[in-house]
Amino acid sequence: MSEKTVEIDVENERGETQEQDETRDGAGGNETTREEVAVETRNLNVWYGEDRAIRDINMKVPEKKVTALIGPSGCGKSTFLRCINRMNDQIDGARVEGEVLFHGKNVYDDDVDPVALRRRIGMVFQKPNPFPKSIRDNVAYGLKIQGKTDSLDERVETALRQAALWDEVSDQLDGSGLDLSGGQQQRLCIARAIAPDPEVILMDEPASALDPVATSKIEDLIDDLSRDYTVVIVTHNMQQAARISDKTAVFLTGGELVEFGDTEKIFENPESQKVEDYITGKFG
Amino acid sequence: MSTGKKDETEAALTGEVARGDRRKQYVVTRVLQGCAAVTIATTLAIFAVLIDNAFSFFYGQRLHEAILGATLESRVGVVEFLTGTRWAPYHAFPDYGVLPLLNGTLLITVGAAFISIPIGTATAIYLSEYASERVRGVLKPTLEVLAGIPTIVYGFFAISFITPVFIRPVFETLGFSVSFYNAFAGMVVVGIMTIPMVSSISEDAMSAVPDDLRNAAYGLGATKQEVSTQVVLPASISGILASYILAVSRAIGETMAVTLAAGHRSQMTLNPFVEIQTMTAYMVQMARGEAAMGTVEYQSLFAVGLLLFVITLSMNLLNDWVKRRYREVYR
Repeated sequence: MSEKTVEIDVENERGETQEQDETRDGAGGNETTREEVAVETRNLNVWYGEDRAIRDINMKVPEKKVTALIGPSGCGKSTFLRCINRMNDQIDGARVEGEVLFHGKNVYDDDVDPVALRRRIGMVFQKPNPFPKSIRDNVAYGLKIQGKTDSLDERVETALRQAALWDEVSDQLDGSGLDLSGGQQQRLCIARAIAPDPEVILMDEPASALDPVATSKIEDLIDDLSRDYTVVIVTHNMQQAARISDKTAVFLTGGELVEFGDTEKIFENPESQKVEDYITGKFG
Repeated sequence: MSTGKKDETEAALTGEVARGDRRKQYVVTRVLQGCAAVTIATTLAIFAVLIDNAFSFFYGQRLHEAILGATLESRVGVVEFLTGTRWAPYHAFPDYGVLPLLNGTLLITVGAAFISIPIGTATAIYLSEYASERVRGVLKPTLEVLAGIPTIVYGFFAISFITPVFIRPVFETLGFSVSFYNAFAGMVVVGIMTIPMVSSISEDAMSAVPDDLRNAAYGLGATKQEVSTQVVLPASISGILASYILAVSRAIGETMAVTLAAGHRSQMTLNPFVEIQTMTAYMVQMARGEAAMGTVEYQSLFAVGLLLFVITLSMNLLNDWVKRRYREVYR
């Protein structure tokens, strides 16, 4: 555990040096004073029919950091994630109240096109879901629909390198994405998500369907990605959250955000007794 | 392991109860097999009767009579039948070239496909990707009603409504001469009646595409239309093509509607506004009893029926092939 804690410290230092020349008093808020806020939610509530999935969430997701959302099953963490790029629009009967501000703009305003929003906020899902197309076409798909078709092959290669998959697939780009192993498929999906160069990447338990080796590759990759992207990741694996994230948000049953803050603090000295019980495995 | 325990186990595994269960299972399996065998036997029997009788159309004797040693007389040549362009069984100088009938059938089939495939596919996409639960709840049963209307009603609908109210006013204004019975009316009704086939089978195939794939595309900023055409359609193509083939088979075999709508005049033409005759319509005409059994005219029924059977069988084989071929690519 001690090694892992050190890693987190290094992360934080790196983050701070990067942001030295950014506006120090810009965003405000207790925990994010010296960080640019990428996404902020204000009194966010989601109902599925009569059921309230999350209640009154106020949270500031810092830019170019990894923010982990943890909590027991059914606590609303995935729902929260899917609010950020309005993937909840796809679900019949889902109703959102409150605000999700993306650089200050409420994404639920009437004049916001969810399609345009999702081009800025990419997503990686729990189950690897490559298209039944070639590896090249998988990575190029987002680029094509977004009209970024100049130097397509280079962009595909860059994305695959960023996703640490290039060395494994460079000689089979025309092979089907479905022929890869589960871990490779998930890295392909990450490459597909980052190829069009979004600002934020949402990950919904991206490693939960993978074996430990593949999981560790994905974790290393997330670490690298936070240099260029804002990452918000849902995980049910607390060790994973501790290893990879800068900030941690703990949701507990009932859809409430119980505690949000620096990962180190949440895991070592949480304010809430409930969070401490959850993290130490006393419930959840 | 004590001997007692061993005996007890053996008794439980092989005793009366276990044997009784196995007997029951045997009986159930046989009964189910028997029912399945009925369909196979029926298909084979139909095929045998068609061949047996069609043989007498060409050679004067049924196949089983010929095998038993009856003398053959050549009545209609197989080549003449398959390549002749005049079908006139009642004429003083009869001709049995099946091409005009085949022409009629294909004309109706192709025309109907131009209606059922686009509308059926669009309906399927709408139902699977766009429609809300409420709209789907209304539209799907409506399509099922459309599929359940007897074909004779469609035929009557064609001559009492489509031709006089729609085809004639529109196309006669455009300068075409449209006869009372015409191929176009047949195309329209057969097209309409095969829409539910295309839409329901295609919709099943599209609904079977996992939501994971849709989410992947939506998550990349794809529009609904891009998700439908670039993700869902390619992933469900084998089922969609299968629906087209089934709809075409159905159009080829369609009988009552085309008999009423398109008429009884066999001719080689691509003009949709004149009266034509399809293979099925000819069979209706002949089976009504205008010719005596055993005559060439009467036996021609079986030759045409055999050809029809072979065509629809090929469509089924094509269907199987397409399903296998495209499933390999996408799964």
